[in-house]
Amino acid sequence: MPRLHPLGDAALLCELAPPATLAQQQQIWALGIEVQQWPGVGEVLPGMNNLTLTFDPTAIDVDALMARVNEAWPRLSAAAIEGRLVEIPVAYGGEHGPDLAAVAAHTGLTPAEVVRRHSGGEYVVYLLGFLPGFAFMGGLPPELATPRRAEPRTAVPARSVGIGGEQTGIYPLVSPGGWQLIGRTSLELFDPAAEPPTLLRPGDRVRFVVESVET
Amino acid sequence: MMLVQKPGMLASVQDLGRHGHRQVGICPGGALDVLALTLANRLVGNADGAAGLELTMGGCEIRFETDTRIALAGDDFSARLDGTPIWPCWSVPVRAGQTLKLAGANASGAKKAGLRSWLAVAGGIDVPPVLGSRSTDLKAGFGGHQGRALRKGDRLALGATALDAAQLARRPFGLRGPDWGPEEGGSAIELRVLPGPEFEQFTAASHALLWSERWRITAQSNRMGSRLAGAELKRKRSIDMLSSGVIPGTIQVPPSGQPIILMGDAQTTGGYPRIGVVIRADLWKLAQAPLDGRLRLVQVDMAAALEAWAGQQRYLAQVAQGLAAAGWSGPA
Repeated sequence: MPRLHPLGDAALLCELAPPATLAQQQQIWALGIEVQQWPGVGEVLPGMNNLTLTFDPTAIDVDALMARVNEAWPRLSAAAIEGRLVEIPVAYGGEHGPDLAAVAAHTGLTPAEVVRRHSGGEYVVYLLGFLPGFAFMGGLPPELATPRRAEPRTAVPARSVGIGGEQTGIYPLVSPGGWQLIGRTSLELFDPAAEPPTLLRPGDRVRFVVESVET
Repeated sequence: MMLVQKPGMLASVQDLGRHGHRQVGICPGGALDVLALTLANRLVGNADGAAGLELTMGGCEIRFETDTRIALAGDDFSARLDGTPIWPCWSVPVRAGQTLKLAGANASGAKKAGLRSWLAVAGGIDVPPVLGSRSTDLKAGFGGHQGRALRKGDRLALGATALDAAQLARRPFGLRGPDWGPEEGGSAIELRVLPGPEFEQFTAASHALLWSERWRITAQSNRMGSRLAGAELKRKRSIDMLSSGVIPGTIQVPPSGQPIILMGDAQTTGGYPRIGVVIRADLWKLAQAPLDGRLRLVQVDMAAALEAWAGQQRYLAQVAQGLAAAGWSGPA
């Protein structure tokens, strides 16, 4: 059962005990779909192993809402959630991936091997946060895990593909950031004029496709 | 049309915010003081959700190129329209060619060194809505006027107003607004706070300090958050947190031990422990609290938070009734 705790007077946190697993995350997404049907619930925001929902306290009492989450949780079917498969072309290394050599040095692999393993896996979008369309993905091969840079860059170029600890992700916009940049995609991750505005959504599966490699 | 002759430190188009997109990482943004923008809009006959300007630390100059009507709400920057003072929460007719000037926050003559004020104009600022809002997302660079802060020389179009010519030209009137800005004598602004999900992770000494400290608002504060300086808050054990949702008002404590109160432009998820959350009814006070000003955090329970919100709604209902009784037409 998730731990429930109010986040202010109009939001509720539902949090599972660690570690985060895909099975748990799927139940989190299922909870999000379920609660959005309830009167008084506004937005749902999946986190890593947790879900925050906003609600109108004049429409539903927080204690009643917590009781309803507890009642719904055991019968949520996680299997129903199946994201789309999205292929993301990546130009690895060179000016697009200035930290590819650093990741290779840290992991003890050759740059070409880092690229092979990074593009060999299938990833799952656990949540979007930090920036519009920034996907936190699980599924990085453990041997590619590399700590963030000691000094974050003040401006990471838009569409950069990076590794931060045990996660991989893509910067949708120019922003400060400390992840190790190994490549760049030509795909637009966030377009406010598009419907929907983001390429990726929680639950989507992602494959990185090698477009070019510069080592 | 209106012409920005001086934007001041930071001026941007904002409405009540961009809601419903947190799930894909888009922050709600919008006017940091929703109460102020709502009052200003009602005073010029606009719907509550019309876009206005959020002005930071005064120092701005705006020239109107059409006859219209304006209202300012928030801190008093000794605003003048062609030299005539304009009080906060007054509704004032404007003729084409007139210029609104706000003194800088530190200029002599400014009554209170506050932080922000909100300008509503009859008809609202007419920029195209993006994802359901006219607010500027400064970080992501979209919405508002070309997705950015206003610059000298920007021209902004006004939407159609429901006011007729006689109403536009009606002589100035006002209402008594909330008490904006710091108290006389510089005592601390009080914000009511509910304990956050990670409250229990902090030491008993840190709990005591949270409520007793007079926190200073540092200059590293912006639309994303107010960074506070004061006592060092410590957790019992340092454990890494997984990314989790945050909302405006969330008080995060990074490893430095110095709290950050998140505001409308904050990222949607965070990884720092949340020791508390400022109640919705008090967020407007923080939006107006001056840099270097002092805050005191006061613990309340859910019932008190909801009563404070209900009280604010009653005040807004009284404003609506008062305006209607005075023959002031709101949106149909």
